[in-house]
Amino acid sequence: MIFPFLDTTMLLGITTSVFVGVAAGYLGSFMVLRRMALVGDALSHVALPGIALALLFNVNPFLGAFFFLFIAVVAIWAIEEKTNLPTEALVGVFFTFSLAIGVLLTPEPELLEALFGDVSDVAFFDALLAVVFSLLILSTAFWLKKDLLISTISRDLAESAKVKVKRSNLLFLLLVALVVALGVKVVGTLLMGALVILPAVAARNMALRFRGFSLLSAAFGALSAVLGGGIAAVYNLPPGPIIVLVAAAFFFVSLAFRRA
Amino acid sequence: MKESVILEVKDLYVNFRGESVLSNISFSLKKGYALAIVGPNGAGKSTLFRALLGLVPYRGTISWEKGVKIGYVPQKLAVERDLPLSVHEFLGFRGRDPEIAEAFNAVGIHDDSLRDRQLGALSGGELQRVLVAFAIMGNPDVLLFDEPVAGIDLGGEETIYNLLLRLHKEKGLTIVLISHDLDVVYRYADEVLCLNKKLVCFGRPEEALTSESLKKLYGDSALFHHTHKQI
Repeated sequence: MIFPFLDTTMLLGITTSVFVGVAAGYLGSFMVLRRMALVGDALSHVALPGIALALLFNVNPFLGAFFFLFIAVVAIWAIEEKTNLPTEALVGVFFTFSLAIGVLLTPEPELLEALFGDVSDVAFFDALLAVVFSLLILSTAFWLKKDLLISTISRDLAESAKVKVKRSNLLFLLLVALVVALGVKVVGTLLMGALVILPAVAARNMALRFRGFSLLSAAFGALSAVLGGGIAAVYNLPPGPIIVLVAAAFFFVSLAFRRA
Repeated sequence: MKESVILEVKDLYVNFRGESVLSNISFSLKKGYALAIVGPNGAGKSTLFRALLGLVPYRGTISWEKGVKIGYVPQKLAVERDLPLSVHEFLGFRGRDPEIAEAFNAVGIHDDSLRDRQLGALSGGELQRVLVAFAIMGNPDVLLFDEPVAGIDLGGEETIYNLLLRLHKEKGLTIVLISHDLDVVYRYADEVLCLNKKLVCFGRPEEALTSESLKKLYGDSALFHHTHKQI
């Protein structure tokens, strides 16, 4: 048996990480193609002040994180549409700023958990949130797939084919915000970027088509979450970093399969 | 027979950051015609295209015939060679397998294995054909074609211009294309629009492309390239 201490808490933790892992992996496949690899990473830091405020006011940290991410994402989208500055540059503007404020605001005892997550103690409600929102992310991203991919290839081509590029860009950023907010519980703000990107870059090394690429990425996300969580539980280590290490291991292994 | 007008452009102005890119452009295009837009680099050809597609803000009026469907063929795509997206997946965004097969046929792709290749790994000529296929799968009435580069590895069969001409004839498509090759304009276009931020000439190529308008367009230096074509 992989999980010797399998009980309700464990089960909730595993369920949460698998769903978030799949959603992060699938969404990550679009992010890598859209050259937004670092956007997820930077955005995850925006979550920190939200978590801090939620802790201060005794609200669910997920909601606090998502609220801040939502504001940041809408602001980034609006500035991007107005100025044509690249998303990465804009996200960079919000990122260090938020991290600094977040570290100042977050109460010390909770800081470590906010930064690195803790999936070993997930409440039922948090697990439910993770499942529902992960399914929402997956279905919305799947529905937007065509629009997102055509506009990745060429915005002009997409608009000429009647794709609502602005709308799909905003929805996509909102999905990223949502998955980052969910991931805070699993791997924490500092490492969530890794859970979005590592499975996707690993899958990209191995896949020729988008279908295989996105499915593989989702699978790597889930496997990283389960294996990482399991190893952490067995060896009594913090799950967040271990999950990310497993995802990184997938990446290094994938290099051997890289198509020329 | 009265030919209907498919596009009417009146007093078109486009500015970027306060700088005038296009000013005072007016012309109209009849249905089923092939129009070539020529002009030097920076003349605003692509901007005119983007305005026609509604992708840039402009002043003036651009009125397409009601319900007209526009297909756009970009010059190239910014895709990486290893982009994990096959030709089949790309065209699958536009329609189902029978439609893809039909479009392949229409653009003269007879090698079915092309479907499974990666979009980024296609040669220039193959990509251009796939992009035409993508455009015609939307059943357009008009095809806007951004500077098709002639003579790239089409396996010695049909050039991209012959393909356009064939689509133009077989499907009765109205075609607007950007070109810098006056030879192409003489051979394939019914009408030509010379552009250098303003409208320099417009009309049938043999009438519009006078040595005077060419001089206005390219300056004295460029004239010698095409003197053999002067009538």
